[in-house]
Amino acid sequence: MKRPLRVVVAKPGLDGHDRGAKIIARAFRDAGMEVIYTGIFQTTEMIVRTVVEEDADVLGISILSGAHLHFAEEVCRSLREQAAKDVLVVMGGILPPADIPRVKAYGVAEVFGPGTPTSHIVDYVKAKRAPMAEPA
Amino acid sequence: MVDSASESKSAGGMSPDQNTWKETTLAASLKKMPAREETFTTLSGLPINELYCATGTPDPAIGFPGEYPYTRGVHPTMYRARPWTIRQVAGFGTAEDTNGRYKYLLAHGETGLSTDFDLPTLLGYDSDHPVAVPEIGKIGVAVDTVEDVRLLMADIPLDQVSTSYTINASAFVLMGMYEVVAKAQGVRKELITGTIQNDILKEYTAQNEYIYPPAQAVRLVVDTMEYAAKMMPRYNPVSVSGYHIREAGSTAVQELAFTLAGAHCYVTEAVKRGLEADFVAPRVSFFWDIHNDFFEEICKLRAARRLWARMMREWVGAKDPRSWTMRAHSQTAGVSLTAQQPDNNIARTAIQALAAILGGTQSLHTNSKDEAYQIPSEGAIKIAVRTQQILALENRVADVVDPLGGSYYVEALTDRLEQEAETLIRQILDRGGMVASIEDGFIQRQIADASAAYQHALEAKKEFIVGVNVQVEPEAALPFEPFVLDPGLGERQIKRTQSIRKSRPQAEVGSALKEIEQAATGGQNVMPAVVRAIKAQATVGEMCDVLRRVFGEYRAPLVY
Repeated sequence: MKRPLRVVVAKPGLDGHDRGAKIIARAFRDAGMEVIYTGIFQTTEMIVRTVVEEDADVLGISILSGAHLHFAEEVCRSLREQAAKDVLVVMGGILPPADIPRVKAYGVAEVFGPGTPTSHIVDYVKAKRAPMAEPA
Repeated sequence: MVDSASESKSAGGMSPDQNTWKETTLAASLKKMPAREETFTTLSGLPINELYCATGTPDPAIGFPGEYPYTRGVHPTMYRARPWTIRQVAGFGTAEDTNGRYKYLLAHGETGLSTDFDLPTLLGYDSDHPVAVPEIGKIGVAVDTVEDVRLLMADIPLDQVSTSYTINASAFVLMGMYEVVAKAQGVRKELITGTIQNDILKEYTAQNEYIYPPAQAVRLVVDTMEYAAKMMPRYNPVSVSGYHIREAGSTAVQELAFTLAGAHCYVTEAVKRGLEADFVAPRVSFFWDIHNDFFEEICKLRAARRLWARMMREWVGAKDPRSWTMRAHSQTAGVSLTAQQPDNNIARTAIQALAAILGGTQSLHTNSKDEAYQIPSEGAIKIAVRTQQILALENRVADVVDPLGGSYYVEALTDRLEQEAETLIRQILDRGGMVASIEDGFIQRQIADASAAYQHALEAKKEFIVGVNVQVEPEAALPFEPFVLDPGLGERQIKRTQSIRKSRPQAEVGSALKEIEQAATGGQNVMPAVVRAIKAQATVGEMCDVLRRVFGEYRAPLVY
């Protein structure tokens, strides 16, 4: 039986700007996914624990504070060490263009900047994780 | 962020006609502060009067500028006596970095200062706290001790340049630091001007930089209001902010309602403590977001003035006309800036700035075109300042008071916004007030719904953003230099703080921190103890930690 994709939407660090995180959490939910929104003020440990405990397929990180390099590196490394399966990590928020290849090198699959339609992000996640939704 | 005290018209009455207004309210104001020019003319030389209005007695809902209910402006002369203050917010890196930016801004014609603090400072963590390290100096300036504030304000004469601090949860500490530094500069307490945002309620509904539970945090705000009214009578200890509410996705009506309801909460809590409304209300100031709907934004400021005047006079019973005036700082809408085709942001910002001025703001921040990406570069911030100068000096929009007053559309829209906002405020009061409506997520839910509805409208192309969902172009290289922070700034900041922690008078620090704890536990005003701790070079984190132990930390309901 097909199970819905499980998505964790997380706000790492001290950044409180959560308009984008809430919008994308709602869009994932409206698209039939199971969404766990962590709320703000999350440490790397808290985020990774949520992903593991919730058996999430996707982690969406929203960050607008400029601390994206730090958290992309830490979260991706910690997920590789702790998550039983390959979790799709996507990032949204404000990143200088030069930093995008750097967070991708850490393991972020895609970065969605300001103005991206939510449908585009939903479609991307579905395309990348469709096989995961149907366990053999 | 608000600069001149409003005219305190003795009777607080309303003039029956323009001649009476001219001979009483206007004459009294001109005596204190004359007009910039003897006569004002259009570019072609035609005369511009100080005010245009209907003959006879005006509609009492509209009235005259500088008179209750202040629909047409808080001052009788508005910008004919003194233009709005050009106040660009700035903050990054260490205190020295931001001080350098201040000097750049003042050299290019800015007339007031405004500070953004970094996330650790906003949340009451010292720079060497583990959660602070990745965020030091990134979205604002790092402040740990009073020494940082001294360096931040170095060579800025605090009796001449008013400064605004954008800080909330830890505002009680930064207000104390500002007072200590101003007095060390030799400024008498009567001359200390400036503003601190200190509007904690909107942190729970919109910006999310809170520490303590809402009720205890409101108590801290009232502590600062009481302390400032005694110790710095010209200082604005709270700037109640619709800006963040709107940026979080609210409508204009919600922005009006949640902001005025917040301000009402602070004043009524002060009254519950036994303070007179007229002791604290005159120094309550406001901060609005100026978004893309040109006329709605103008009418929003007019409606805010009228509704606040009525709330203070009729609901709260304030008698001093200065308690009735809604003095405002405005900022063009950051959320309206696009990362795509960023040069278009110059046009957006100019039009929003015009709306703020036609709405009668007291001071204004214009966003820079590159702010969808980064802390503004010097070149971009200069265009933003020049935009305000063009409006003031070339476009002549500062030469007549409330030029849109009497327009059928503007008056009707002002009325409608006021009515809708009042209904929502009464709903909040009926539900038990702002704190109760935050604790159960009522306000957050309204904002989240409005934000989602707008996003749906954008994706369905019922609303348009040029360059984003219409007139889209392939991505081009950014037409500005990236803003790069010094990678060594965190280390420099931590070193300074740790060296101060070693060299300061330890016994005095410990005793002052204990006094903060006793005041907080015993229900006394914490500010005298906070100022004592600041003078002993206690850190932001140490002072906030004391109250964390007494008040606890807030866990917000998750609403999306």
